[in-house]
Amino acid sequence: MAAPDLFLGLDLGSRTTKIVEIAGGAIARFEVFDTAADSLARVRARLDRRDYARAAATGYGRFLMNAQLDCRVVTEITACALGARFVRPGAGLVIDIGGQDSKVILLGGGSGAFADFEMNDRCAAGTGRFLEVMAGLLGFTIEDFGRAACEAGETIALSSMCTVFAESEVISLLAAGRDRKSIALGLHGSIADRVYPLAARFDPAGEVIMAGGVALNPCLVGLLSKKLRRPVIVPGQPQIVTAVGAALAAQDGVKPKFL
Amino acid sequence: MSDHDELLKELGLDVELHHRIFDSIDRNFRKTVLAQKDRPERMVYFDGVIRGAHGARVQEIVERRAAGDKFIGTFCVYVPDELVLALGAVPVALCGGTSLSIPYAEKMLPRDICPLVKSTLGLALSNTCPYGPIEDLAVGETTCDAKKKTWDILAAGGDFHVLEVPQKKGPRDRDLWHEEVVRFKARLEETTGRTLEPAKLAAAVRLMNRKRRALARLNELRKEANPPLSGLDALVVMQGALVDDPLRFSERLEALNDELEERVRRGAGVVPAGAKRIMVSGCPSVMGNWKLHHLIESAGAAVVCDETCTGTRYFSTLVDERDGGLDDQIAAIAARYLTIDCSCFSPNDERIEAVLRLVREHRVDGVVQYVLQYCHTYNVEAVRVASALRDAGVPSLKIVTDYAEEDTGQLRLRVDAFLEGLGR
Repeated sequence: MAAPDLFLGLDLGSRTTKIVEIAGGAIARFEVFDTAADSLARVRARLDRRDYARAAATGYGRFLMNAQLDCRVVTEITACALGARFVRPGAGLVIDIGGQDSKVILLGGGSGAFADFEMNDRCAAGTGRFLEVMAGLLGFTIEDFGRAACEAGETIALSSMCTVFAESEVISLLAAGRDRKSIALGLHGSIADRVYPLAARFDPAGEVIMAGGVALNPCLVGLLSKKLRRPVIVPGQPQIVTAVGAALAAQDGVKPKFL
Repeated sequence: MSDHDELLKELGLDVELHHRIFDSIDRNFRKTVLAQKDRPERMVYFDGVIRGAHGARVQEIVERRAAGDKFIGTFCVYVPDELVLALGAVPVALCGGTSLSIPYAEKMLPRDICPLVKSTLGLALSNTCPYGPIEDLAVGETTCDAKKKTWDILAAGGDFHVLEVPQKKGPRDRDLWHEEVVRFKARLEETTGRTLEPAKLAAAVRLMNRKRRALARLNELRKEANPPLSGLDALVVMQGALVDDPLRFSERLEALNDELEERVRRGAGVVPAGAKRIMVSGCPSVMGNWKLHHLIESAGAAVVCDETCTGTRYFSTLVDERDGGLDDQIAAIAARYLTIDCSCFSPNDERIEAVLRLVREHRVDGVVQYVLQYCHTYNVEAVRVASALRDAGVPSLKIVTDYAEEDTGQLRLRVDAFLEGLGR
């Protein structure tokens, strides 16, 4: 027997998978783990013997989940918008930088989940994956990377946003004995430059919030706040916002009409 | 397609490579166009036009040439087909819609230019386009920088004529364009060895208008609450218009339109109930390219209008059928072609007006602005189009892409999210 008020949201991102359960209108449980070749098995292992009233999947692997589990499919845009309103009712604009894409979603005043959205082009420059590669190159863990950049005394601007070209540029700078924290700050500046024009296209009525794992990076949040000239607010557990939205989509029966 | 291997070999093509490229295009055609359910019966003819574009149609043109007629290859809706037809020559639009020929163009051209130009040149350079060897004259135009410079390269290989399309629509530009049409007539007379006769030109004008009226009637049927054919099928018809014999095409399309009207009377539409009505606006989708329409319609929406060169830009205005002698006829032809609202013009307010009008007439829920990657004029004009649509309360989504399939996942996300947004 399925629990009448237990709803599951699955967000299969390109880098991490997020599971959120909503019960009685509140987040009851969540998990974040790396996406891997055996994602489906990993998800199944965590859902074992749980009875859900309804479930919805979103993210890169949403169709895989849809095919394997009895669940609805919702896009990351709709899910992120629903999740953002839930975790931060005053939100007007969401910046979501994920593993391989960045999205900016304008939340409307009406009944719809969102009013408009922008995404980066097909290249993954300026996304979480770019940060990961650059952190590794400079010898930082992804957790320390943003903190270290915040401590830099100066910025060394990078000329390329391409992961491959930026990599050789960083290697040259290291070989020239430049300070790795300053290089880190320069790299964060590049990402902020990339995300800023997407966000600046909109003039939201409410708060600007940031979702996705990259929101845990304090340097980037600070740089974006400065560029946008308004505070960028990071909710607790920003990486699960989209999965929360998927669980809400399951709960409310909000579903894409055409899938 | 194998029935025509002998013909392709005689034309000196790389038959093996031709198979590799065109078998793949045909697989794509089967997976997208032919996989649709409940298609109108008379679409079979247009499927044949697409699949016979490198077979039966080439054979037919080879025979026409043996009888003394000339074959004229074109690359744009700006080329006045009336003049070609009136001189007994055969016009075919040769734009490439496949990603598979692009590496052959990139041997020479830079990577960062539009896929249509690269695909077209790639077919020529890979020796897989059967129209190349039988071309008596190729006709380019100056509608974008990548094309202009590509013509310089192609012109070295044989007979090539470039029409100068102006960039504005003032009196001087009209005079320039009129002169260009006159100059084109002279070039065609030279190529065909024939003299343009008013009666034949009048007949050609009537024929092209008949073809445009048939396409416009098809477009009318797409305004129905439940359109009797998919956007993908409407695109197939339009792609056929660019290669097929205009008389036969018009007759077949008129017959298809009859069938579609019958379907409308029976209430036999092809669109799922509640499907969102989408207009595709911007760049053309030429033969081989069914990517965007398939993406939108496989997500459950319906493409009900194409505001593109493979859509309204091709057929929405007619040539005035006046009869005041050759000069007057040519003036009427020049005037008609200058009504085309290509984004290469500055300003291009007519296009914004057309977009808003079509949105109303086709009761469009949302517009997908289609930009072929590196098509700067449509890409930048998208800003004004989106703003005009926003003011009119119509949501729009801009898709910038090329012919490759690698971004299908990302595009699927954008299109699905756009449709979710319309569903509110």
